[in-house]
Amino acid sequence: MKNFSGKILFLDRSDINTDEIIPAKYLTEATKAALKPYCLEDLSLPKFDPKRDIAGKSVIVTRSNFGCGSSREHAPWVLECNDINLVIAVGFARIFRQNMFNCGLMAVSLAPEAIDEIFREFSGGEAFCTTDLEQRTFTVTGSGKTKVYPFEVGAFDFELVKAGGWVGYANAKY
Amino acid sequence: MGKTVAQKIFDAHRIDAPAEGVSVIRLDRVFCHEITTPITINDLVAKNLDRVFDTTKIKAVIDHVTPAKDSKTAEQGKTLRDWANRHGIKDFFDIGRNGVCHAIFPEKGFVRPGFTVIMGDSHTCTHGAFGAFAAGVGSTDLEVGILKGVCALRDPSTIKVEVKGKLRSGVYAKDLILWIIRMLTVNGATDQVIEFAGEAVDAMDMGSRMTLCNMAIEAGATCGICYPDKTTVDYLWEFIADEFASKEAALAAYSKFRPDADAKYTRVVTIDAAEVEPVATINYKPDQVRTIAELAGTKVDQVYIGSCTNGRIEDLRIAAGILKGRKIADSVRAIVSPATPKIYSMALAEGLIQIFMDAGFCVTNPTCGACLGMSNGVLAKGEVCASTTNRNFNGRMGKGGMVHLMSPASAAATAIAGRIVNSPLFVK
Ligand code: SF4
Repeated sequence: MKNFSGKILFLDRSDINTDEIIPAKYLTEATKAALKPYCLEDLSLPKFDPKRDIAGKSVIVTRSNFGCGSSREHAPWVLECNDINLVIAVGFARIFRQNMFNCGLMAVSLAPEAIDEIFREFSGGEAFCTTDLEQRTFTVTGSGKTKVYPFEVGAFDFELVKAGGWVGYANAKY
Repeated sequence: MGKTVAQKIFDAHRIDAPAEGVSVIRLDRVFCHEITTPITINDLVAKNLDRVFDTTKIKAVIDHVTPAKDSKTAEQGKTLRDWANRHGIKDFFDIGRNGVCHAIFPEKGFVRPGFTVIMGDSHTCTHGAFGAFAAGVGSTDLEVGILKGVCALRDPSTIKVEVKGKLRSGVYAKDLILWIIRMLTVNGATDQVIEFAGEAVDAMDMGSRMTLCNMAIEAGATCGICYPDKTTVDYLWEFIADEFASKEAALAAYSKFRPDADAKYTRVVTIDAAEVEPVATINYKPDQVRTIAELAGTKVDQVYIGSCTNGRIEDLRIAAGILKGRKIADSVRAIVSPATPKIYSMALAEGLIQIFMDAGFCVTNPTCGACLGMSNGVLAKGEVCASTTNRNFNGRMGKGGMVHLMSPASAAATAIAGRIVNSPLFVK
């Protein structure tokens, strides 16, 4: 299983699409690793600079409908190459969400109020998310505070996370 | 309890239910193109799993960047080509015979009512126009599809969109779907199937139904579905004539993939077709929709007519009908890309290509091209394009460019005026 804890990258907008996560012009790259420098390149957000803000972060916290648009699995891959294995949001586009779990990564929804609170309490400074998969909790620390957020993962999604993705699971079973 | 179309299709294809609310279904079609498939192929080869589940159910095309524009895209084409040859995939469409995936596969009769289809492409939902369940997936789902012919999906729940009455003249399927996306919002149908029903949909030809279903994903939907009917059977007849004694028999067989009268929907949305106006998108989300009248006068630099949404013969006929005897504005560059070679040939035979050329359009070969900003009409920073495609995301057609999505009629009229304008003004 992958690592699901680390420093948080806050992306304070809804409907961040896969063209913004990895622009189409990089879809010609033959390896996943080659995608690494282009992560979130076309995302223009106030005070966000992909060149400066991604390094060292392992968890994205964002708003609703993250990963909408193109089906490109390059979106989860470019996150994974940058050591981001977990995205926490109000909600996700279906294909992106499935792609994450298919790669053994996690896309987890929290209630809008919880996401609001994480942004309000923690996005001002450095923040850290510790994931306890057994207890199904995220512990967020930063700005001198600590809060615990319970989460849910579907049984099948959790199987995929444990199996390291859908190919291994399906090849063994079907 | 009654079932929706997608529930009936799932029931007919389910091979496993690995967890509550999740089904593994058997696939009738796995479609492939050269952008998302090569990385899957390379992965299968690396894992020593370079096999395909069924050479007749897998169909492949090079469509996104064709002819190849550089070494990397040439390499992607080669990977797909070599793979198709090595596995004996008969229905592989290479340059000269290739067209935009969601136009060429239906044209070849590959999709039938009740089928299950996946492809590594979000607009796979287009094929739901035939009463099929068709979903875009990522490369990993595609990989398992190619290898095993199965896919895991959430059990479908469905929103029904009922379009009552008739669309007014000058209002097209594109206007209707943008209207619907504005109502549903960009994630209003996430994890849902949309059934498009009602008199206005029943009256549509298959091309218009494909336009409608094509953009279901723009509301977040897994698939858009139209009910199989006489129009569906007529379209498919040349491919199914030896399977059925008569068209009536085909219709009877396909009718089992219509919903039950007491099917349960998460939501039913009713639209009065007569209220729908010609519309276009603004900004960078497909639910940001304004009437063409509100946008009238907005200057554009480029007009693009093509794509899996609106590059079919019906679309070219409508655009050419407006362009005939007219010239595009000097300030505008206009590009038309017939979506398949067959459409291109028909457009030639019908004199449409001459009309486009006389008007000042550049006519390109069938390809996705400018739609995803990889070739054939990429925008420069600050440029604006009136386009018949399906996504207006920031940078979609080129970094810093902006796209107004609209119908072929509105795009043709806009090309003539150089500014967004109401197409009925140009209908003779
Ligand atoms: S025409 Fe555009 S939307 Fe359609 S398959 Fe090609 S790139 Fe995708």
